[in-house]
Amino acid sequence: MAGKERKDTFYTVSYEPIKDLYTPEDLDLDYGRDLGNPGEYPYTRGVYPNMYRGRVWTMRQFAGFGTAEESNQRYKYLLENGQTGLSVAFDFPTLLGYDSDHPRSEGEVGKLGVAIDSLADMEMLFDGIPLGEVSTSMTINAPAAILWAMYLVVAEKQGVSWNRVSGTIQNDILKEYIAQNTYVFPPEPSMRLIVDTFEFGSKYVPKWNTISISGYHIREAGSTAAQELAFTLSNGFAYVEAGIERGLDVDDFAPRLSFFFNAHNDFFEEVAKYRAARRIWAKTMKEKYGAKDPTSMLLRFHTQTAGCSLTAQQPENNIVRTTIQALAAVMGGTQSLHTNSMDEALALPSEKAVRIALRTQQIIAEESGVANTIDPLGGSYFVEAFTNEMEKKAWEYFKRIESLGGVLGAIGSGYQQREIAEASYRFQKGIQSGEQTMVGVNKYNADEKTSIELLKYSRDMVERQINRLDKVKKDRDGDLVKRCLEDLEKAAKGTENLMPYIIDAVKAYATVGEIMDVFKGVFGEYKDPAIF
Amino acid sequence: MDIKELADGVIRGEKRSLARAITVVENNPGGTRELLGYIYPHTGGAYIIGVTGSPGVGKSTLVYSLARYYRSLGKKVGVLAVDPTSPFTGGAILGDRIRMSGGEIDQGLYIRSLASRGHLGGLSEAASDALALIDAAGYEIILLETVGTGQAEVEVMRFAHTVLVTLVPGLGDEIQAIKAGILEIGDVFVVNKADRDGVDKTVLEIEMMLDLAPLVSYRPRVIRTVASKDEGIEELVKEIERHKEHLIASDALNQKQMYMAEERVKDILIRRVSAYVLDRAGTDLDIAMQDIASRKKDPYTAAEEILKDWFEEA
Amino acid sequence: MTRTIKVLVTKIGLDSHDRGAKIIARAYRDAGMEVVYTGLRQTPEQVMQAALEEDVDVVAISILSGAHSILVPRVVKLLRDEGLDDVLVLVGGVIPEDDIPELKEAGVKEVFGTGSNTDEIIAFTRQNVRRV
Ligand SMILES: Nc1nc2c(ncn2[C@@H]2O[C@H](COP(=O)(O)OP(=O)(O)OP(=O)(O)O)[C@@H](O)[C@H]2O)c(=O)[nH]1
Ligand SMILES: [Mg+2]
Repeated sequence: MAGKERKDTFYTVSYEPIKDLYTPEDLDLDYGRDLGNPGEYPYTRGVYPNMYRGRVWTMRQFAGFGTAEESNQRYKYLLENGQTGLSVAFDFPTLLGYDSDHPRSEGEVGKLGVAIDSLADMEMLFDGIPLGEVSTSMTINAPAAILWAMYLVVAEKQGVSWNRVSGTIQNDILKEYIAQNTYVFPPEPSMRLIVDTFEFGSKYVPKWNTISISGYHIREAGSTAAQELAFTLSNGFAYVEAGIERGLDVDDFAPRLSFFFNAHNDFFEEVAKYRAARRIWAKTMKEKYGAKDPTSMLLRFHTQTAGCSLTAQQPENNIVRTTIQALAAVMGGTQSLHTNSMDEALALPSEKAVRIALRTQQIIAEESGVANTIDPLGGSYFVEAFTNEMEKKAWEYFKRIESLGGVLGAIGSGYQQREIAEASYRFQKGIQSGEQTMVGVNKYNADEKTSIELLKYSRDMVERQINRLDKVKKDRDGDLVKRCLEDLEKAAKGTENLMPYIIDAVKAYATVGEIMDVFKGVFGEYKDPAIF
Repeated sequence: MDIKELADGVIRGEKRSLARAITVVENNPGGTRELLGYIYPHTGGAYIIGVTGSPGVGKSTLVYSLARYYRSLGKKVGVLAVDPTSPFTGGAILGDRIRMSGGEIDQGLYIRSLASRGHLGGLSEAASDALALIDAAGYEIILLETVGTGQAEVEVMRFAHTVLVTLVPGLGDEIQAIKAGILEIGDVFVVNKADRDGVDKTVLEIEMMLDLAPLVSYRPRVIRTVASKDEGIEELVKEIERHKEHLIASDALNQKQMYMAEERVKDILIRRVSAYVLDRAGTDLDIAMQDIASRKKDPYTAAEEILKDWFEEA
Repeated sequence: MTRTIKVLVTKIGLDSHDRGAKIIARAYRDAGMEVVYTGLRQTPEQVMQAALEEDVDVVAISILSGAHSILVPRVVKLLRDEGLDDVLVLVGGVIPEDDIPELKEAGVKEVFGTGSNTDEIIAFTRQNVRRV
């Protein structure tokens, strides 16, 4: 033992204990069985043989605010600055299926994302952006099928055939019940809508990721890294089972499942998390669900740096945090990355802050040299031991979830929610006791005014949005809308795939709110179980 | 605070006065006595329905669903929901209200959460006075949700005219609880979450148990509900009515009122006497404590001696 | 006689981030207070109604949706209109510095940003609660 240490115990940001030294003793490693080369089963070292030597990750900054025109301009700005994929943020009314003129939307329209009421807005949002060439990610869950339908119709109007459009809808409702709370319907009908998109996508939109199974929000709600890993993957398995139950062949839809993880401060814990995730997914898809197509076994993921790690105090420090987190994501082999802007904890990011965030990625990719070789941390005693530890922790969680009747059963009993609430409270206490450090918050504080330039929100924008909605409603064929919505209702009461009906309704310029109201009538609404 | 004014506000049915008055009965014994003196003549109009059952069976959801149903019949409805106080910190998170929002603001509906504050039995010490206040404020139906410890919360019988015991499909452990006394307190058995598998089996199990129970004048029935979808509520209300009619027809309502009154006075007496005794025992208690701890005396002898001193004085 | 402080912890607006609201609710409980938790997405009218019926001493509002400038003053006004003048109103969430003065003007006693120390919030609550 190497003399006196500066702390009694060392642990990660998730309170995982860490030893002073890792040696070959800590590893029971079989290269072929546990790691494999990149692009080889079980894909611990990466999903592609050449990884970033072929192409670096997609730099995909999440953006959207105000009206469709304003967001459209921001997208064009980002594309001109070297961004390679679009990522759409919707405002809260859209996320919850309220139109901009709904009383509950007051004060929220266009606030933290773009407001989309009808196809007219979607046409505006992608005006002049060739949908056959960009890939677009849409952060949308409860109304995901509707927004996706709108996107597909816009593509069609641009003359781009569906088998050429690519992108992702988040469409991951399970993590909403567990962590993020933007559910609308109860779990069962929500799962049905999701499987409808799997089925439709596998037939007509083969390059689209119909789900992005997300740990990001689980982590943001205060979970540990191991909980993020375990709950995300168990949700993934629940979707696979739902697809199989529908009668789909696992290899028909599994290749279109994608993932979305958080990148938090604790560098090695994050790297271990991504590596463990790939291995668990590959093994389970192959051994438990009988996948034969290797692409069904690949865990491809998007990463966003941890919004919850950012501080309102000394916001420039956030650039440094984000850099470390982004580096962890890259060392973990991410397929795409969003780096947060330094002012995210204060308000909607300004253009300058967004540019610095994007530059952070570009510096990592092109100056740091870390993208020159694949999985450079592979074989490190510590990283491999920690990867194993993460996997072990995940299996323990899977077992507990299984014993509670699977993911839905566990959600019903509030298991995951309670685990996260516990972890989140413990971390908060840790910050307050000084057990965990947050620079600028509980250590190295400075009394200073923040001098960050913040984006201002224009009120007349809301008016413009509502006027456009009024105009759409006036100009459209009201009878057609009514008929489409009635057909949709009938289909919702039955068991047919709802996508074609949604597409018809969208084409007739039925609004997001109108379509959601039909579903609410048939499916009911889910209430916050508020688990502590 | 002027208690008389507050009481008048309660009697006029003002929510704000009612809310403040309940705070008084939760915190201020002196004020409580005065307050109850004013309002008591105005009570007796409310029909009180107790809702008990293990945590998470859907009591709050059911209460809200019932509340809205009674509202649709034009009745003024009060809700009193009790949640547990943390024995470690004395604080509480009262979460029942979460299930009771969503509708329009309704002047004829009053919802109040109470913390149990260490009181055992599923309610809180202030619950009975709070019920009296809600009653005096003109609420015709009062729904009383117990803590839901999973134990037989017998106390609810002393405050409610009709007690609903709420269960869910797939009983398992709860069979034990039923045997351990819930059967005796239920006037209606509700199998909620009837949208889940295993309802029929659970209903059958309860029916069987009721059939095997010692013969009494009233045979409770089992009602299925899906509280989260307002299903089965009408049947449930009918069943509550049936029980109420039975109470009236058999003079049991009167007996129940007498029983409730008796329990209430006894309760107050015991509380007063024990407060008096403990207060007076002050220094004697300190001395006894020392003696007992140092094993000079056993606790029985010590208590006996304290009491003997007083009685000789008297 | 000191009595238990009763706090309404509520989320207004459409945002669904309840991490902060849950942490503060637990912290209040652990400090021995009684917390009525309303759950997500409450309207100002619902908040007022709950504060009135529960007779709370404190209304602690969490909002991260950015709609605070519209919704928070509305809550305060509804409370005042009902005569709940002595209720302490606190706000937590993502609130830009520039927006704080107008919230205080409207009657909010203090605004706590994300990452605030719960011990400080509790101490502040104890000091500023007006009904004892
Ligand atoms: N599937 C289903 N879920 C229900 C039903 N009724 C209530 N729930 C759900 O069950 C959960 C618990 O409901 P509550 O009403 O809070 O239960 P409770 O018994 O009051 O809980 P405590 O007060 O914590 O003991 C919530 O998520 C409700 O939405 C029902 O009929 N069917
Ligand atoms: Mg309850």
